[in-house]
Amino acid sequence: MASSQASRANHVLNTVVNAVAPWVNPVIDYHALAPEMVLAAGLCVVLLADLFMDESRKWILSSLAGFTLLGAMLPVLTLGLHDTDVRSMFDGRYVVDNFSLVVKALFLLAGYVVVLLSSNHVEEDEYWRGEYYFLLLSSILGMVMISSSRDLVSIFVALEFLSIPAYMLAAWRKRDIKSNEAGVKYFLLGVFASAVMLYGMSLLYGVANSTLLVDLGKSITATGSLSSLHALGIVFVIVGFAFKVSAVPFHTWAPDTYEGAPAPITAFLSVASKAAGFIALATLLFVAFPQASDVWQPFIWVLSALTMTVGNVVALRQTNIVRMIAYSSVSQGGFVLMPLAVAGINNGGASALRAVVVYMLIYAATNLGMFGVIIAVSRKTRSAEISSWGGLFSYAPGLGALATIFLASLAGIPPLGGWVGKFAAFQSMLTSVSGWGYSLALIGAVNSVVAFGYYGSVMREIWMKPVPDGDTTPIRIPGSLKLALVFTAATTLVLGILPGVAMHFGDIARLTSAFGG
Amino acid sequence: MLVNQFLLLAAVLFCIGVYGVIARKNAVLVLMSIELILNAVNLNFIAFALRNGSTDGHTFALYVIAIAAAEVGVGLGLVLLVYRNRKTISLDDLSEMKG
Repeated sequence: MASSQASRANHVLNTVVNAVAPWVNPVIDYHALAPEMVLAAGLCVVLLADLFMDESRKWILSSLAGFTLLGAMLPVLTLGLHDTDVRSMFDGRYVVDNFSLVVKALFLLAGYVVVLLSSNHVEEDEYWRGEYYFLLLSSILGMVMISSSRDLVSIFVALEFLSIPAYMLAAWRKRDIKSNEAGVKYFLLGVFASAVMLYGMSLLYGVANSTLLVDLGKSITATGSLSSLHALGIVFVIVGFAFKVSAVPFHTWAPDTYEGAPAPITAFLSVASKAAGFIALATLLFVAFPQASDVWQPFIWVLSALTMTVGNVVALRQTNIVRMIAYSSVSQGGFVLMPLAVAGINNGGASALRAVVVYMLIYAATNLGMFGVIIAVSRKTRSAEISSWGGLFSYAPGLGALATIFLASLAGIPPLGGWVGKFAAFQSMLTSVSGWGYSLALIGAVNSVVAFGYYGSVMREIWMKPVPDGDTTPIRIPGSLKLALVFTAATTLVLGILPGVAMHFGDIARLTSAFGG
Repeated sequence: MLVNQFLLLAAVLFCIGVYGVIARKNAVLVLMSIELILNAVNLNFIAFALRNGSTDGHTFALYVIAIAAAEVGVGLGLVLLVYRNRKTISLDDLSEMKG
């Protein structure tokens, strides 16, 4: 007995030593890692500058954060123009391909718009600025990393990297009870979700004997039939991400967190954090579980149908605009899940991935713009009630028109961006030529009609209702907010009028057939 | 082979943890239940690493331990924040927003 234990211990030691012994320095492609390195350097600079700078000059921090994000965009562009399609590092655990580049550009630009939305908002608050931008940049670095991660460990680390700063940002207004509540709810459910996801990952590691996504995929093909451990692991992992993308019934944190968090952070969570969840989910489905579509397809179908419907129905009876947009973003998440639900049928993977990327790009521009308008209007009204928007067009025609553009785009009215996103999603449903696809497309179509109800009610306030308190002084919009509004509105319009542009980005993402794994 | 017992223990810990998250109303106890789940995950990784004879599981467990520590740091900070403002850490009292 004792000797067998000793030999076991020896055996374990040997495996450890053997695994460590042939150490070779990994080849690091510094060009491919440049966006991450610029971000990491930038966030250190922001932190140090905050430490040593005089309080009166801290407004520079927001510009520093903005320049860091734009600086990180440069290597993304040079990588995109370079001939090398796939740069794979660490045995394929960290892959920079066209898909991840498109998504990185989305995160960096969305982050830049959030910095623009934040600069006046944070300035006029009584809270600290340096940590705000530091945490924001850390979270964006996590998102940039997750789009290249092709390994369970790096996906987990990147997911926590983007989530933990976000928990703190949601609770940013320390003395505001609502913000505390937002942070605690987001934190507890987020950590619970990642723990459940980790349990699933541990089961997957157990059956595949590797944490590499490609090896996971191979283990599923090799065994031919799915083992129950596979199925359990896949379901747990999807549940974990369902929390992250606030899919019904795992959405309960979203409305409270969105309402309580500072408005720019709400915009950030509802766009960038959600997109990161979808990107990681798509990577897992396409690289690790393509052979297991029997397990995840019905599950995602149900999630998608529930998410669209419940999000819409609850949004109909909201009186607070932030809460309404929160539920609307839950329901928009259902439309992103929709193509994933048929990704495994009739080689639908390519068009599903394109639909997800196109939808995320357009939704990001539109929703960020909508939050820009909400922030601008609440500078005057100091309220988030929909009724306080009455007669907006009469005293702030610019904001009224922009709000109409963004709301119409969210509702999917041509020729605005949202229409192209919905078109791509429905197209991939119909090309799947299956009952699953047709039935979900029908549910989606009904829901897009229902969504007109609440988007339309805000438009009615803006155009037809009288000004509630008779105060018609025009709204003064600070420069950075104006820039953010112009940028998002232009993107929404251009992507809608020239649908080819958005589809082109979707296609770039699609070209890398196996995610370069 | 002892691996099965470890996996069983991990599954039991996981279930206790999930029950705790759902049933407990005290924020710190919910946090502890989440720690139980994370430790179930670590046990799973180590047990599978032993069975598979690879070191990936050990590495993953180390990452989980490190990140769990960071999460608890943030979590206790948030709980402290709530306690300072409201003098309670009961989750039932966190109902400022509804609907």
